[in-house]
Amino acid sequence: MNTLTSATAATTAGASISARGLRKSFGEKTVLDGIDLTVPQGTILALLGPNGAGKTTAVHLLTTYLRPDAGEIRIAGHDPAENPQAVRRSIGVTGQFSAVDGYLTGRENLILMADLHLLPKDVGRRKAKELLERFELTEAGDKPASTYSGGMKRKLDLAMTLVGNPKVIFLDEPTTGLDPRSRRTMWDIIRGLVAEGTTILLTTQYLDEADQLAHRVAVLDGGRIVAEGTPAELKARIPGGHIELAFADRAELDAAAMVLAVTGRDDDALTLQLAGDGRVSTLQTLLRQLEDASVKVEALTVHTPDLDDVFFALTGKKGA
Amino acid sequence: MTAMTMDDTGLSTGDARSHALVHARVMLRRNLRHMQRYPSLTLMVTLMPLVFLLLFVYVFGGTLGSGLGSGMPAGLHGGRAAYADYVAPAIILMAVAAAAQGTAIGVAQDMTEGIIARFRTMAVARSSVLTGHVVGATIQTLIGVVVVTAAAVAVGFRPHANAAEWLAAFGVILLLTFAVTWLCVGLGLSAKSVETASNSPMFLILLPFLGSGFVPTSSLPAGLRWFAEYQPFTPVNETLRGLLTGTKIGDNLVITIAWCVGVAVLSYAWSRRLYEREPKAR
Repeated sequence: MNTLTSATAATTAGASISARGLRKSFGEKTVLDGIDLTVPQGTILALLGPNGAGKTTAVHLLTTYLRPDAGEIRIAGHDPAENPQAVRRSIGVTGQFSAVDGYLTGRENLILMADLHLLPKDVGRRKAKELLERFELTEAGDKPASTYSGGMKRKLDLAMTLVGNPKVIFLDEPTTGLDPRSRRTMWDIIRGLVAEGTTILLTTQYLDEADQLAHRVAVLDGGRIVAEGTPAELKARIPGGHIELAFADRAELDAAAMVLAVTGRDDDALTLQLAGDGRVSTLQTLLRQLEDASVKVEALTVHTPDLDDVFFALTGKKGA
Repeated sequence: MTAMTMDDTGLSTGDARSHALVHARVMLRRNLRHMQRYPSLTLMVTLMPLVFLLLFVYVFGGTLGSGLGSGMPAGLHGGRAAYADYVAPAIILMAVAAAAQGTAIGVAQDMTEGIIARFRTMAVARSSVLTGHVVGATIQTLIGVVVVTAAAVAVGFRPHANAAEWLAAFGVILLLTFAVTWLCVGLGLSAKSVETASNSPMFLILLPFLGSGFVPTSSLPAGLRWFAEYQPFTPVNETLRGLLTGTKIGDNLVITIAWCVGVAVLSYAWSRRLYEREPKAR
């Protein structure tokens, strides 16, 4: 029997993630206090939360790295408590801390993965070459991974995860600490994977990242899921948005504050905030009022509700 | 084909076993590559016994050699040449102990690497990471032993063992290597930091001194002498000396085998348990 075919058979049975009542404590400290998660096949779920919310622990439990104190998990139809090796054969994990071998070159790291997946030698080499090209690492491919930049290590890390063609992928803060360009590249790669039918659970503390990538978002705070839904659904829970006006000096600011229905003001930044419902007519009325009062506005920003607002509304904390 | 039973991996046990072998070989290759890319550790642990060899033969050897009792067999008393013969087996044991210290450091260092966490979430045979370390360390140790033995010959060590005795000596060294390597894998795994891992095996390097390796135990004061006669390195030392230079072995070979097998089995079980315990959250 060939292991490759058996691994594929195992994962096509139902490539999705589900967890019920997941609990984990370290000593006295309860890190996860009963969470439920479902990720349908071929979709991305973003687990969103601040540092210490329990995101990494959730990934550790779902990937057989740690055992839960309570709760049920199914990964691609397998129960990690019963058959951890079957789960491991179905998944790929890119952790928060770079899991590359610094002494080995990028290529050797990829070949190491291919060997552990028992791929034939020539297949492994070809795969390594392809992945180096796909992740723009060909040039650095034969240098030790310890010499790589943070972004290159992340890319190599993800490339190593892909060697085994996993149908379910866990990404723990895949873009934390990356520069904007590397972040974009990572997003494109992640989108590409989902387009191929891969199921992905990613954790992030960046709200725009969840907004950009995820089909569904689960907000984790203090070991509990405090909200779950599509990015649009979550945004709908925060009515309207706001309009921000910036002024050149205090006199203009005072004059404007007299005639407008102000919801917030910042004397240091010389800004005023007003409720906004996203309608053009509201904006026209506002501009007319300002003109009538002969107030000069330096800048006007229309702020539509984003996950930041959702996060703030749900947890009472400012997002990252 | 034999009947196949399924284990918890969903693979037949035969498959799982052959996977474990393949994985162990892959891990061994990884460890050998580490040694090749980071030779300073290998160099350090080989250099130490060499320094002790030169020190004991050239600095202390003249005096110590003259002091070797007349109870020693012909040719093993008197002068630097005699002492070179006397001390060489102890230096070989020291090479094994020093290499094992390197193993503890290597294992502790490896456990801090993220890639070990990755292996835990992959369908990799659990034992293969440790097996890779042990086999790699054994190869490294044997290289060190060959270098040290050659150096000992260069400074006057004159073994007169026949082929069978050389083979037996090799077997004893291999057995000892296996035992102290597994012990040091356990020390490396249990260490909270790489520094601890480098300090805790120190006693292995000191033990040969507190035995029959450098002076006959009969010359030691009562309490120390008792310790020297019963500590594990003494029978190993006496066996090796007997095989290489023809001194009396007696029941030392049996005691050596008992010690080595005992330490190896216990350390293996301990290391496996340490490696398989739930990792700490990071």
